[in-house]
Amino acid sequence: MKYAMFLGCTVPVRNLSYELSAKRVARELGIEFVDVPEFSCCGYPVKSVHHETALLLAARNLALAEEKGLDICTLCSACTSVLTEASRELAANEALLAKVNRSLGAIGRSYSGKVRVKHLARVFYEDVGLEAIKRVTRRPLDAFRIASHYGCHYLKPSEIYDHFDHPEVPQSLDRLVEATGAAPVDYATKKECCGGAILGVDENIALSMARAKLDDIKANEADAINLICPFCSIMYGANQRKIQAKFGTKYDLPVLYYPQILGLAMGIDAEELGLSQNPIKPKALLAKIS
Amino acid sequence: MESNACAEKDRVVVTVLDPKFKYEIAKEPGGENIKYCFQCGTCTSGCPVAELDSKYNPRRIIRMAILGMRERVLSGDFIWLCSTCYTCYERCPQDVRITEVMNALKNMAVRAGYIHPAFRAQAELIAGHGRLYEVDEFTNEKRAEVGLPALPSSAPEVAEIYGVTGLDSLLSGKGA
Repeated sequence: MKYAMFLGCTVPVRNLSYELSAKRVARELGIEFVDVPEFSCCGYPVKSVHHETALLLAARNLALAEEKGLDICTLCSACTSVLTEASRELAANEALLAKVNRSLGAIGRSYSGKVRVKHLARVFYEDVGLEAIKRVTRRPLDAFRIASHYGCHYLKPSEIYDHFDHPEVPQSLDRLVEATGAAPVDYATKKECCGGAILGVDENIALSMARAKLDDIKANEADAINLICPFCSIMYGANQRKIQAKFGTKYDLPVLYYPQILGLAMGIDAEELGLSQNPIKPKALLAKIS
Repeated sequence: MESNACAEKDRVVVTVLDPKFKYEIAKEPGGENIKYCFQCGTCTSGCPVAELDSKYNPRRIIRMAILGMRERVLSGDFIWLCSTCYTCYERCPQDVRITEVMNALKNMAVRAGYIHPAFRAQAELIAGHGRLYEVDEFTNEKRAEVGLPALPSSAPEVAEIYGVTGLDSLLSGKGA
């Protein structure tokens, strides 16, 4: 298992703990990650503005991975959707590939259509597998109830993801949580969107969307939220105190990335997993472990 | 007594409708299936944004677009409220691909001079830094402290791509 690690915009600047923990657990799972510093934004934020530009940004990133002979593993769900969509369109449509290559030629790049894209959680779920994750779990998190937030672009549009999980009845993240010994929490709003994509358009609606889910997860007595997308983390983690202040609610819900949860179960030190950098410190959770 | 008349601002004025609008949308990447919509409302009933604020109503936006209400659709703030969650896209019985139709409408709105300031800001940041957030010296110091490799603070090829596609002139208001 060897992948070019695609960091995107938010992870390498605002969510170092995600990158850190992903790389740390990968070392023990036989996944080799290669850094490609030339990678840029995936193209997602530009797709609403100018479709062709977004496609070219995605194609340039795919071309960089192809130069290294590697497939891409993404950490952000929005990056996953835009890069997967571009990789599939360009592999299936020769005329489009030729057109994209005429434009890429102007910046000295070319792409032949070979690169495939997978989200980190899907790599854990499909390539590593639940059995292998159970085997590396040396410190089962059986004292914890963890609520997974699937987010949107990890699962949808499902047609570009080979239907590896069901968008209406998703289970991959709950099974991954279960493999660490923790109890997956079922809750009514599990599939709902975090609102992150419209935070800059209407903060009130976006924060209300995030609030509904925090209310639900809290009511279901989860010890923590399991996340796999840095933008969802901005909504539930970085903005959790703002939501509390705005709506007069109280959560103090630790928000962890899956590789941090897995790392804890593997017995890796919290500091190596970047847990001290999480916006809501999982103090009670760590106390329960030690 | 209740009046049947709708407010002036909501009235559909047939003479200003553009019957060609829907065909233009269908030519945009993502807009191809708009004409399949039969107004069942599955999109709106599952929409997490519509649930909180009725000013975003995907069924209504598609109806307006098919009717040819070009100006109202392209100049409205509401098309920018799609959170791109793809719930409607998955559930639509007519495969209208609503999330992508919204992207097509937003692309057309940008060309008509109605880009939302938040999206303009994002597009400009990406042109400048290659990313939404600049990887500055401070960021690279923080990265080094935890053993992560340094990243470049710019990606000139990204701005070059904006030049190739004409997005740079669109953003500067010179038209593509």
